[in-house]
Amino acid sequence: MENIIELDNVTKRFGGITALNKASLKVTRGEVVGLIGDNGAGKSTLIKTLVGVYSPDEGDILIRGKKVNAWNALKARESGIETVFQDRALTPQQSIVKNIFMGKELRYPFGFIKEKEQIFEANRLIREIGFTSKLINAESPVGNLSGGERQGVAIARAIYNKAELIVLDEPTNNLSLNETQKVFDFVLNVKKSNRSVLFIGHNIYHVYDISDRFVILDRGEVVHKLNKNDISTPEELMKIMRDTIGAH
Amino acid sequence: MSNNNSYLSNYFHRNGRALGSIGYFVLLMVIFLVGAPEAWIRPNLHQSVFVMMPTLIFLTIPLVFLVASGEIDLSFASTYAVAAYVFALLVKNGVDPAICLVLGIFTGAAIGALVGTLIVVFRLSSLVASLGVLFLLRGVILLLSNSRSITIMEIDSHWIYPLLVGNFYGFPMQIFWAAIFVIFCYYFFNKHVFGVHVQHVGDNSVSAEQMGINVNAVKIKAFMFVGIGSAIGGIFTTMITYTFFPTQGFGYLLLALAAVFVGGTPYWGGLGTIIGAVFGVGIIAYMEIGIIAIGWSGEWRQFFNGLIILLALLGHRLHGERVR
Repeated sequence: MENIIELDNVTKRFGGITALNKASLKVTRGEVVGLIGDNGAGKSTLIKTLVGVYSPDEGDILIRGKKVNAWNALKARESGIETVFQDRALTPQQSIVKNIFMGKELRYPFGFIKEKEQIFEANRLIREIGFTSKLINAESPVGNLSGGERQGVAIARAIYNKAELIVLDEPTNNLSLNETQKVFDFVLNVKKSNRSVLFIGHNIYHVYDISDRFVILDRGEVVHKLNKNDISTPEELMKIMRDTIGAH
Repeated sequence: MSNNNSYLSNYFHRNGRALGSIGYFVLLMVIFLVGAPEAWIRPNLHQSVFVMMPTLIFLTIPLVFLVASGEIDLSFASTYAVAAYVFALLVKNGVDPAICLVLGIFTGAAIGALVGTLIVVFRLSSLVASLGVLFLLRGVILLLSNSRSITIMEIDSHWIYPLLVGNFYGFPMQIFWAAIFVIFCYYFFNKHVFGVHVQHVGDNSVSAEQMGINVNAVKIKAFMFVGIGSAIGGIFTTMITYTFFPTQGFGYLLLALAAVFVGGTPYWGGLGTIIGAVFGVGIIAYMEIGIIAIGWSGEWRQFFNGLIILLALLGHRLHGERVR
């Protein structure tokens, strides 16, 4: 199976603190990887390094087997990696359409924006992800939306860009049951289309349900990797997590 | 019906601030008209406003971009004079004025880039750092020019004079150029990647960065644009008056800033309005000249300027709190 992205012995430090210590992780095509770990385990640092918000101090990042230099957020997006950040990475005073196309606007020559095309696509996307309120359309400001709807906008962005890998950072936080189910449906759809998801979560049950493979992170290190068929219940995963964390 | 409502509310979200500023302008006109109709129908009053407006537009509109990006610049009032000094000095030394114009605008862009880089790279407060640059550059000009003005009557005979600031059948050309500038900036701010990135950066720079926007580059470019606008304003004024004088531009510092905010651009970044700013400039320019025109003494001017700023801020408050 082709590796979409691979982190090879990546270290990231902030001042004197090593947030990520020789962490290795790969995501292959068509799989859902669950990344779990306690608060402060380095999940966020790992994700932000993976998607180019942070650049690693040591170690390599490989895209489809090829090492990349000067890794940054724009390069990650150009390589087909889209991220739904924990904070949704939205600009609340701007419209839904501007948010969906943020950083990847549809352009005419000289940088002018294809506004009509963007609005058309955005209206299509917000129907696709199931915005039912008639009060909301592509030009409504994001600040007027609920938490679940904001999550929807962030996901719409990933859908539009047809990412090969979608990174979901705590996507079910603060969501209602109904909204959580929508996120799960979305993940399964992505998998069905032979694309990949990296799913980060606090809720072991959520992560267990959705993932094919698990990566456990503790104090900046990858301490355990296992496949879903290695275990049979979420409780078992919980036990493994409890046993590995702090043991190394 | 509900679709109609959402259309209206979106329209208001997008244009409410501009409409507010147009409203104040109309209100001000009505007050002047009722208060002093005989002064108000005299064309020379409006002519003097139209002489002042282009300069203020070149200063104010780029500031809308910068404020929308979440920064502020005070040094533009000195950049204005530095660019004018470079222009006047070169013209005096026999360089072709068209080349001087280009070099003057380059000077403004370079100063803007330096100020922007200084603030962005060292993470300085743009308010305080640009205040420092404001004084520093003014000091440089006073030292270089020995506090002497430069007169450039020779500009009169060059082709750029009638083209840029001449009279076209009684119509001052600088108004034409200012109008072109406004139209360009309207599209640049609302329909161009740069303007939209400016709004994203000012709204939430962390989000913008996560989405791959180069936040620092966007901010530095916005500072450069302010430098370019100031240079154009300074050079135009120098041409109109045939004189560079070392204290030039200082008087515009607070007026241009006032025009930005009276025009409806909020101070917190992420939002801005070009059309609103044009009317903001109109309000400020008419206040400056109108008070005298209706026969009140100049002492009232600052009082009313202050009053207008406060009333405008209170009015724009109707557009609500900042959403997060």
